[in-house]
Amino acid sequence: MNEVPAISGRREAVIRVRELKVGFGDRLVLDGLSLDLYRGEVLGFVGASGSGKSVLTRTILGLLHKRSGTIEVFGHDLDKLTAQERLLVGERWGVLFQEGALFSSLTVRQNIQAPMREHLKLSQMFMDGLAAQKLDLVGLPQDAANKFPSELSGGMTKRAALARAIALDPDIVFLDEPTSGLDPISAGEFDDLIATLQRTLGLTVFMVTHDLDSLFAICDRVAVLGHGKVIAVGKIDELLLSDDPWLKAYFHGKRGVVRAGAREASAARHSAGGKA
Amino acid sequence: MSDRQLSVAPSVAHEIGADGLVFSLSGDWTIAFGSTLEASAASLAAPFGAPDRTRQAILDLSAVDRMDTAGAWIIDRGRTLLEQAGVRAAYRAARPEYALLIKEARYKPDEIPRPKPPSHTKALLSAVGESVYVSGHDVAEGVSFLGEIVAMTFRLLLRPTQWRWTSMTYHLEKYSIRSVPIIALINFLVGAIVTQQGIFQLTRFGAGPYAVNMVGILGLRELGLLMTAIMVAGRTGSAITAEIGSMNMREEIDALRVMALDPLEVLIMPRLVALVIALPVLTLLADMAELGGGLVVSWVYGGMTPVVYITRLHNAIVSQTFLSGLIKAPFMAAIIGVIASIEGMNVRGSAESLGQRTTASVVKSIFMVIVMDGLFAMFFAAVDF
Repeated sequence: MNEVPAISGRREAVIRVRELKVGFGDRLVLDGLSLDLYRGEVLGFVGASGSGKSVLTRTILGLLHKRSGTIEVFGHDLDKLTAQERLLVGERWGVLFQEGALFSSLTVRQNIQAPMREHLKLSQMFMDGLAAQKLDLVGLPQDAANKFPSELSGGMTKRAALARAIALDPDIVFLDEPTSGLDPISAGEFDDLIATLQRTLGLTVFMVTHDLDSLFAICDRVAVLGHGKVIAVGKIDELLLSDDPWLKAYFHGKRGVVRAGAREASAARHSAGGKA
Repeated sequence: MSDRQLSVAPSVAHEIGADGLVFSLSGDWTIAFGSTLEASAASLAAPFGAPDRTRQAILDLSAVDRMDTAGAWIIDRGRTLLEQAGVRAAYRAARPEYALLIKEARYKPDEIPRPKPPSHTKALLSAVGESVYVSGHDVAEGVSFLGEIVAMTFRLLLRPTQWRWTSMTYHLEKYSIRSVPIIALINFLVGAIVTQQGIFQLTRFGAGPYAVNMVGILGLRELGLLMTAIMVAGRTGSAITAEIGSMNMREEIDALRVMALDPLEVLIMPRLVALVIALPVLTLLADMAELGGGLVVSWVYGGMTPVVYITRLHNAIVSQTFLSGLIKAPFMAAIIGVIASIEGMNVRGSAESLGQRTTASVVKSIFMVIVMDGLFAMFFAAVDF
């Protein structure tokens, strides 16, 4: 569906995690985890609830401290960045938090403009235009711009948060359960939206999700987290053939089977969209 | 970052070609270039006016290295503005992904404008009107809330099994024992300061030892309670508002209601009763600390031995002096608790609202504490207590 751009013959890892250990108290949540995220791919990240998916995301984003290991973003070790370089990294990734994490005292428009205002010098006209465009891209009506986050529905909150996440046209977007709490139609549209953005912008997407449809429809690779490590990573078809009991239960369980039909239709729809 | 340094600023060159004016766009049309991006896009419209014989323009995108949604938007806006000026403008040689990007992220002129702020006079008048209305509403709300609490108290008195002992004990510990150090400290200091000033000023009239009467009466009747109530309003009142307010924000109060539980009974009554018990106890402690401060200063600074100090104190104060301070404490506690709870219940969705309500809670509580203290002073004077 989407070719990873061949850069000097090999795939460029925009995020490289090596031997990462993160723990709370005497419990080690991530125990020597290694993972690569390649430029231009959509990596789906799955794992049982409480297995540390959010912990990994938050550690990469620098919100949690690691015990040991290295995290490289765009080829730079996060520990060795100066404050100035750290700021530039902040401009180049966008995050969609699970609950949206919109600033509650700002309107949706101000939320989308917040990263622009903080990082760049743009005219108000340009920022208003871009905010309107981002609303359009994520499928929100224009009159949502003047609303406050507390006035939005769950789906609208997710969309507004995505609009803020892509406000600076980041290279990497982290999505924490982007489709949870959305109706199937909205979730499908959300997948389409991410696929379109990924295709047009060459966006790299790191997506924590439990939505099997999303995994089938838009993820280039899927990584599975278990026992503090990545226990399997690869194309979804490869994982489907795996003998691992957890993977079998995950993909071939009741909900996996029910969705098998929908999955093919969805994949077909997306590949058609990709050629258009 | 290294690859950011390799990027080339966006630029536009134009020449008159066979099929009209040809704009050659080159460089990185990305949002990272900010104002440069805007300036480059603005130069799209510039050359028109003089050589517009053809009324045709081509936007050649073949030399564009990178483009993002912001770049696509501003280029498309430039093109739309050309069209609005009566120039037929079209794209040429766009890479397929950029053509798609321009299609997806195109400029749409029909953006909803931001709401216009009303005129200054209107805004001022409406703000004044609103604050008058809100003050009236506050009073009505306070009275009705007080009524609910009284009704709830009677209901709980009739059915004491419903009383939440665990919750109340927990809050009582937080409100009383945990605030002992700070309350004792500030009152000790206030007692010391009052005595020092008393000795210093009264010695001029040869009445230095009467500083003991001053710290005894002033401390027990007013200062001990006032300082404690103000401290509690700031420390505990704000905590109650913030707790109830954030529970309100996260729909926890609604969750209680749908479980057929009354937030008044579950959340507010235990806090209120804990506060009504805690404040008199803290006031008693504050009185002791205040007298202790006086003792230390009159010994060290005034050269009066503790025995003399205590004897003078004994002659200066009667039990009424002490009680008139203590009687006020439960009323102060109730008013602090009621204001804190009302403000907490009024918190709406945003973090800003939580901050406003917490501030309002503390300010109103302290104000009401002082007003009540004045009323009590008048009342005690009238009944000669």
